[in-house]
Amino acid sequence: MSDLSAGTPEDTVWVEHEAFIDRIPRWVAMTALFVIVVGIWDLVTRLGWVSNIILPTPGETLEDLIFVGANLIAGGYMFEALWTTTLTVIYGFLIALAIGFSLGLLVGETKFGERAVMPYLVAIDTMPKVAFAPLFIAWLGFDIASKVALAAFIATFPIVVSTAAGLYAASENERMLFKSMGATRLQTLFRLKLPTGLPYLFTGLKIAAVGVMAGAITGEFLGGGKGFGALIRQSASQLDTPRVFALILYLSLLGLALYFTVVWAQRRLVFWNKSDRPGGIG
Amino acid sequence: MMAEPRIPNPGPAADTARPVYEISRVSKTYARNTLTALSDVHLTIQKGEFVSVIGASGCGKSTLLKIMAGLMPPTTGRVVLNGRPVTGPRPDIGMMFQQATLLPWKTTIENILLPIEMREGRAAAREAVGRAEDLLQLVGLGAFGQAYPGELSGGMAQRASICRMLVTDPAMLLLDEPFSALDELTRDFMNMELQRICMERGATAFLVTHSLAEAVILSDRILVMQARPGRVVEDVAIDLPRPRTLDMINTARFGEIVGHIRDLLGKEAFQ
Repeated sequence: MSDLSAGTPEDTVWVEHEAFIDRIPRWVAMTALFVIVVGIWDLVTRLGWVSNIILPTPGETLEDLIFVGANLIAGGYMFEALWTTTLTVIYGFLIALAIGFSLGLLVGETKFGERAVMPYLVAIDTMPKVAFAPLFIAWLGFDIASKVALAAFIATFPIVVSTAAGLYAASENERMLFKSMGATRLQTLFRLKLPTGLPYLFTGLKIAAVGVMAGAITGEFLGGGKGFGALIRQSASQLDTPRVFALILYLSLLGLALYFTVVWAQRRLVFWNKSDRPGGIG
Repeated sequence: MMAEPRIPNPGPAADTARPVYEISRVSKTYARNTLTALSDVHLTIQKGEFVSVIGASGCGKSTLLKIMAGLMPPTTGRVVLNGRPVTGPRPDIGMMFQQATLLPWKTTIENILLPIEMREGRAAAREAVGRAEDLLQLVGLGAFGQAYPGELSGGMAQRASICRMLVTDPAMLLLDEPFSALDELTRDFMNMELQRICMERGATAFLVTHSLAEAVILSDRILVMQARPGRVVEDVAIDLPRPRTLDMINTARFGEIVGHIRDLLGKEAFQ
């Protein structure tokens, strides 16, 4: 009966085999990749293959990173610039949320909004929104207001679309259930459609969080002022590339902070939706 | 609950109960494509009766159910429940759908109390917690009141939706293919559970289904419908004794009834 002894070809079973690279722990893989990339960067700059003005060495960049970091912690002029940009981003995001959510409600809840408002929104959304920057500067001046306006303008559209999509997300059976329970339109909106649509809304908020940063920095590039964007442009024009690198890295921390605030809020509010992986896009 | 004893085998002669639902001359035409979804439907359901409707897709059985539930007005005709015409959704109608449709952000017990919360507010829902817990016991989910729907299996979720339907103590249960999304073993079990619950409460029920066996095993009467235009072609009384068991599926009488209904449905299919 048991003529299949261990080790014979007949005994071989077909098992799932995971490649070695997929079995490396995540943090090891991430560290290794970082070391490899920085190593190549270091090699390329050290050997003089690329001019220092175009690409500084990792060492120079680190020095500048520490310098900028010290200035930020000490509350120097760079901190003030970062604070200005932070305020721009926060105001822009909140304005985009208020306008985007309201327009999303209009589009998703009313026939008029769906038929008359949505086509215009789609038309505006397809335009390159950065092109509106000179207009905002002309209308609102070189202060923070024009940057806030551009940031909010860019971030509004994903929120409108995701809010409206979320309102359509409740199934036919769920709508019928609410109708059969004699629910009013407002009850259906607040107890069914909005909670069902929350995961969609948060997808839009994540896109908006990225867009609002792009809008704020673009505004500061084009409209000057006291923000981080102006600082970056100034350093770039002085060919101070390590400084540009350092500033961009600190700026990305602001973007990450905003993004993860949204992710945190999503996990608190949409606790039932386990399909969404933490930190994931969408 | 009424103390009225349930008649084990309610034939038309033996049934002395009053009619709960009276539907006469109901028809429904969709104006846009001049499609007649329902044509001249008459139907009376007595208290405590279990009536099913069966027919191919597009025969108008879902339209009939929506009209009975007050979710959709008929083009012509009269729908009366407990002596009052149905002109919209009513608290004395309980509904169950193909999917359990439990809200994932509410616990099972909060889901069950939802119909009360909607009509009478949060305070009334809190007062009814005891009743909801009794219902959970009735369907064997006593320990799952605080669980979220995501933690329930398909069968458990449908049992919770039975509780949600029963919590307002409705005079009429409208069931829209309630177990069709479940696997066959669970479905058989749930059908027996449904029979037990209906018998215990003396409930009056109207079931829309695609399954011949399910209709025969549960019903006192089966309405066979045909499409184009949607109409009732025969009202078949099922004379199998109560309580029904799954073993009855193997009896000769069960086979005869199923064969008869299949013939009625088949005529349409070969036209």
